[in-house]
Amino acid sequence: MLSAIIALSLLAVVFGLLLGFAAIHFKVEGDPLVEQIDALLPQTQCGQCTYPGCRPYAEAIASGEADINQCPPGGETTIMALADLLDREPKPLNPENGQVKPKMVAVIDEQRCIGCTLCIQACPVDAILGAAKHMHTIIATECTGCELCVAPCPVDCIDMVPIEKDILTWKWPYPKPAVSTLEQAS
Amino acid sequence: MSQANRRLWRFPGGVHTPQHKQESTRLPVKPARLPQRLVLPLHQHIGEPAEAIVKPGDTVLKGQMIARPQGFVSAPIHAPTSGTVVAIAEHPVPHPSGLSAACIVLDSDGEERWIDRQPVGNYAELAASELRNLIREAGIVGLGGAGFPSYIKYNPGHNKFIQTLLLNGVECEPYITCDDMLMRERSEEILAGLQIIRHALQARECLIAIEDNKPEAYAAMCRITADYDDIEVVQVPTLYPQGSEKQLIKVLTGKEVPSDGLALNIGVVGTNVGTAAAVSRAIHRGEPLISRYMTITGGAVGTPRNLEVLLGTPMDELINQCDGDIGAIERLIMGGPMMGFALKRHDLPVIKTTNCVLAVSAADLPPPQPVMPCIRCGACADACPVKLLPQQLYWYSKHKDLDKVQEYNLFDCIECGCCAYVCPSKIPLVQYYRYAKGDIWTREREREKADIARRRHEFHQQRLEREKAEREARRQKKKAALRTDTSAARKKKQAAVQAAVERAQTRRESAMKAANARRGQQSPEQATGDKPQEENHETDDSSHT
Repeated sequence: MLSAIIALSLLAVVFGLLLGFAAIHFKVEGDPLVEQIDALLPQTQCGQCTYPGCRPYAEAIASGEADINQCPPGGETTIMALADLLDREPKPLNPENGQVKPKMVAVIDEQRCIGCTLCIQACPVDAILGAAKHMHTIIATECTGCELCVAPCPVDCIDMVPIEKDILTWKWPYPKPAVSTLEQAS
Repeated sequence: MSQANRRLWRFPGGVHTPQHKQESTRLPVKPARLPQRLVLPLHQHIGEPAEAIVKPGDTVLKGQMIARPQGFVSAPIHAPTSGTVVAIAEHPVPHPSGLSAACIVLDSDGEERWIDRQPVGNYAELAASELRNLIREAGIVGLGGAGFPSYIKYNPGHNKFIQTLLLNGVECEPYITCDDMLMRERSEEILAGLQIIRHALQARECLIAIEDNKPEAYAAMCRITADYDDIEVVQVPTLYPQGSEKQLIKVLTGKEVPSDGLALNIGVVGTNVGTAAAVSRAIHRGEPLISRYMTITGGAVGTPRNLEVLLGTPMDELINQCDGDIGAIERLIMGGPMMGFALKRHDLPVIKTTNCVLAVSAADLPPPQPVMPCIRCGACADACPVKLLPQQLYWYSKHKDLDKVQEYNLFDCIECGCCAYVCPSKIPLVQYYRYAKGDIWTREREREKADIARRRHEFHQQRLEREKAEREARRQKKKAALRTDTSAARKKKQAAVQAAVERAQTRRESAMKAANARRGQQSPEQATGDKPQEENHETDDSSHT
């Protein structure tokens, strides 16, 4: 009887120590779920999800604070991927956050730019080049099309232009949906 | 040399299609008429587009390089005739998208003045790398349809042993006969090219594969290689898609090219007969790739035939030369009916990979059949030459499950169209696979772009924080400086007050001293000067007290 109690207590102590050791030494730094969610987001950093950037939104999704359908630039693809990752039911994009638009790039009308640097301060990816009282220009390859630079411009010289399709980025379209005679009949 | 008793293997699947090759092989090949205006896209091959080295207004000679390769996987472009460069601008190109791309527009002067051609006397004296450079300079790409720069293919790399050089004269796709006619008419040139490529690769054996629906071509190649023991002409039974390199290697050697590998990995290099002829022209005659044999056929063409066409010639001119009726064209296809793609216009230029223009009339087309649901009959899986599961691929492509579709080896699909050909429900299967491949590539591209944006955003955040910290540090420093400044100023003020007090005291003291001293000297002063009496009184009073 006594030996059994001693043996069990010893075991409890040993496993307790082991668990305590593991809790300290194998502690997972950060939340891997946030990383996974962040990897699926389009990194536009536009803030349309009401969070200040893609990572804060990822954190909000991970904590259950935000829903998965608040990212207009990601559109259906992102919602599907998030639903898949989090094992949730996919749902249509929340219209409060915006509409799905074609990919855009910001263009500064350099004739009208007064060099105020307000757009430079607004750009989340430092894709605008310029200095005070000097003309600004957008590095088109780095622009995420977030539109955050459009509102601050005092002379309204920034336009969002849809990215033109070229042969190198062209892809075959989805085949026209097959309308079967059975479906037509029904 | 031909050998009847060579063992042949069979690749899985494949289909027998109506051939339609007789129509365009009745007439000998003749050069097409010189067009007035030629349009040369800068991107006629796999890899990076070429870069124009001429400008509008320049006069160029036939065979002159007008665009140089950019990067490793690229090919130069040469002027197909002498004339004047009119423009370098966007122009519609033969591409499934129907979009425009940068082209050099050249007006011919009708004189066909050549550059100074420099043939190689004895190619056997040249090192393999020098031969490859000449092939690269001549702008030669795979003429079978893919357009991969040939000089890369003819480089086996270090320590790679090439067992077999495979000359591909199979031409399995219906309607197309340009390789057939080339073998009939230019067998010497093909043989000469084969020997040059073989020298560059140091291949042990050479095989020339021809399908048994081309007896004239087979006979011609046998005749020309009769004296060569190490070159074997093999007749293979007709089966689509035997012309695909991996399938042909299986038929001739029994070996399979690994899923993620190249034919090179199993010691085989394949090349098209047209490419071999182009290599021969480049080395023996010093002529770059500026023209090619091409089939103009289909129900809307009155006299289907093969023409030797300068690159950049508009297709509608060729159709007119073959008594075609542009108005009767229901669909214009570049390539064959199985793997070709429909063109959106009739005046697009011929490029290096244009082996056939198929002008389909309404009578050619089968009556449109509705697409029915997949009944899981499995006919597609039986027909697939790569042993894939087309119905699974279709299922996942249709539902845009891009990860799953890759698990079923979508990227091993050669888009031959056998599955769609046999499908009883007439599902456009290949369109789904092409869509899925494009979507996967786009997704990869977007992911890369998102990663860059993430890094830039993180850097942006760091920069803002750093700037904020720096500003804060500056503010603190200023504050501290101000604090020390105020105490110093106070001290200074106090010191100034102190100094003023002291100054006043000293002045007062010195004034007193001076007064005392003056009193002592009063009598001589009174005696000499006329000082006012009152002052003396005052001093007298003060001294008295």
